[in-house]
Amino acid sequence: MTTATTSSALGGLTALPPASGRAGFGGALRSEWTKIRSVRSTMWTLGSAVVVTIGISVLGNWGRANHSGANAARLAQEDLTQRTLFGIILGQLIMVVFGAMAITSEYSTGMVRTSLTAQPRRAPVFAAKLLVVSFVAFVIGEVISFVSFLISSSFWRSKGISLSLSSPHAMQAVIGGGLYLAGSAILAFGLGAILRHTAGAITSGVGLLFVVTILANFLPDNWQQHLDKWLPFNSGGQVWATQHVPGNDLSAWTGFGVFMIYGAVAVLLGAYVFRNRDA
Amino acid sequence: MIEVKDLVKRYGETTAVDHLSFTVEPGRITGFLGPNGAGKSTTMRLILGLDRPTSGRALIDGKPYRELPDPLRNVGALLEARAVHPGRTAFNHLLYLAQTQGVPKSRVSEVLDLVGLSAVAKKRTKGFSLGMGQRLGIAAALLGDPRLLILDEPVNGLDPEGIVWIRTLLKQLASEGRTIFVSSHLMNEMAVTADHVVVIGRGRLIADTPMEEFIARHAEQVVLVRSPQAEVLTEALRASGAQVRAQPDGALLVNKVEAATIGELAASKGIVLHELSPQRGSLEEAFMEMTRADVEFHGPAEHPPAMATWDAVPGSAAQSQAAAAQGAPQSGGAS
Repeated sequence: MTTATTSSALGGLTALPPASGRAGFGGALRSEWTKIRSVRSTMWTLGSAVVVTIGISVLGNWGRANHSGANAARLAQEDLTQRTLFGIILGQLIMVVFGAMAITSEYSTGMVRTSLTAQPRRAPVFAAKLLVVSFVAFVIGEVISFVSFLISSSFWRSKGISLSLSSPHAMQAVIGGGLYLAGSAILAFGLGAILRHTAGAITSGVGLLFVVTILANFLPDNWQQHLDKWLPFNSGGQVWATQHVPGNDLSAWTGFGVFMIYGAVAVLLGAYVFRNRDA
Repeated sequence: MIEVKDLVKRYGETTAVDHLSFTVEPGRITGFLGPNGAGKSTTMRLILGLDRPTSGRALIDGKPYRELPDPLRNVGALLEARAVHPGRTAFNHLLYLAQTQGVPKSRVSEVLDLVGLSAVAKKRTKGFSLGMGQRLGIAAALLGDPRLLILDEPVNGLDPEGIVWIRTLLKQLASEGRTIFVSSHLMNEMAVTADHVVVIGRGRLIADTPMEEFIARHAEQVVLVRSPQAEVLTEALRASGAQVRAQPDGALLVNKVEAATIGELAASKGIVLHELSPQRGSLEEAFMEMTRADVEFHGPAEHPPAMATWDAVPGSAAQSQAAAAQGAPQSGGAS
């Protein structure tokens, strides 16, 4: 029944273009992009991720380069590339907040019912949201990682230590820093979809990335040796490092692969819950 | 057309919707009535595919909601007023909905204009009143020029002007052949809005009937009478078997006798009448009686449990005057 043009109640409105068929992924993608860019919390979380991560990296490297007794010979043995990025340790937690809130805010505000009434096929909604969150987290993560490295490495160069993107494995580590930050957001997004609760998702994300790593230190040494490298932070952390202790650490990309398995499991469970549980 | 077929929804031990079947036809307003907690919202969520039924089906034009190719272009829905992110502007809230299925941006501004929210389009919804929230929800429902509207308690929080506005809008939309399914726990509101009524209590169907028939069958005939000789009239009426209740303002509410009979009786006794008007006021009372057994939480017997659910005391003069002021037709008038 076409009522658009003859309607009196809605007669003041322009007639809609003919329906283009099945509402699908493209529309969901545009919709999710509008959602993420139109709330302040996105700006706040991403803005503080940028400031905190770069700030800590830069301050720490400036201090270590200018006010430490370590001699050049010893510093040459250290993973200075990883050091230029170490603000990521806190930055990952802010990315957890961003990733979790991208989905839990749908539940805390009740707008998920509006979203899913407009597009009741949940798989494209979930996929579009995941893609938008991953893309945004990746872009911001890479910006953070590159800026941290470029500023911090200049302190070391001024001390006569050669450190640039062309140093061995430096490019891998700097790109890896952004990937790791995006991975943290994706993991939290999955947790958010499972738990549907902002505080719960953030707590469990921080727990997985941070607390578990600390707790593992209290295990007996011979357990630690086998377990530590598989923990999310220790495995994922290899991708933004240039040195890996054989036996104790996974290699850069294997480690990142393990980290992404954690993320994938969370996202798949989250997708299952999103699709099947009452909204 | 909405078809609900033997629909059941259980949450653990609780049965929210209990083997419910009814049909909502196009071209008229179908009221969905029941006390709070009767399962109205759950039924609507089941129709919209937000919740999965335990058993049974809800179909829209023969299809489950999830299978509609472009749902927004077919169905406009208003659920709770606050299914909105408070930090997002009204415009962006509608924009992300429009974008899911190719509704142009210009349409967003137009529906905001239609519901009277243009001035606050760029404001975050955090500061919106309940009524503004409802208007935004209605704007969202009209975004895709839908053939079918599903509205959960749309008059909630609206001011009297807003209530008249939405009533007029719904009637217009129905007259254009659209299907309108609107829930309320307010019998009086439904009585002046709906053409057909589906009544549920405790998730079960109680009635599915045209509004006029529902009123005729269930509403007690009450006539409001004003007379300077109220005492004489009361005596005469009681003698003829009528029930008479005196109101604080001196008016009499008379049950069990038609207005014509009262007029004739007064004439034969030479009693002056200042007012003689049939009321529809006790419809709520009849409805409460009907759903009393089905109200979720029973209070002490001397306090009818449904009382708190209805916003007005049935049959009171204040209420019938308010209804008249809102343009409510008197009993027998077309609604």
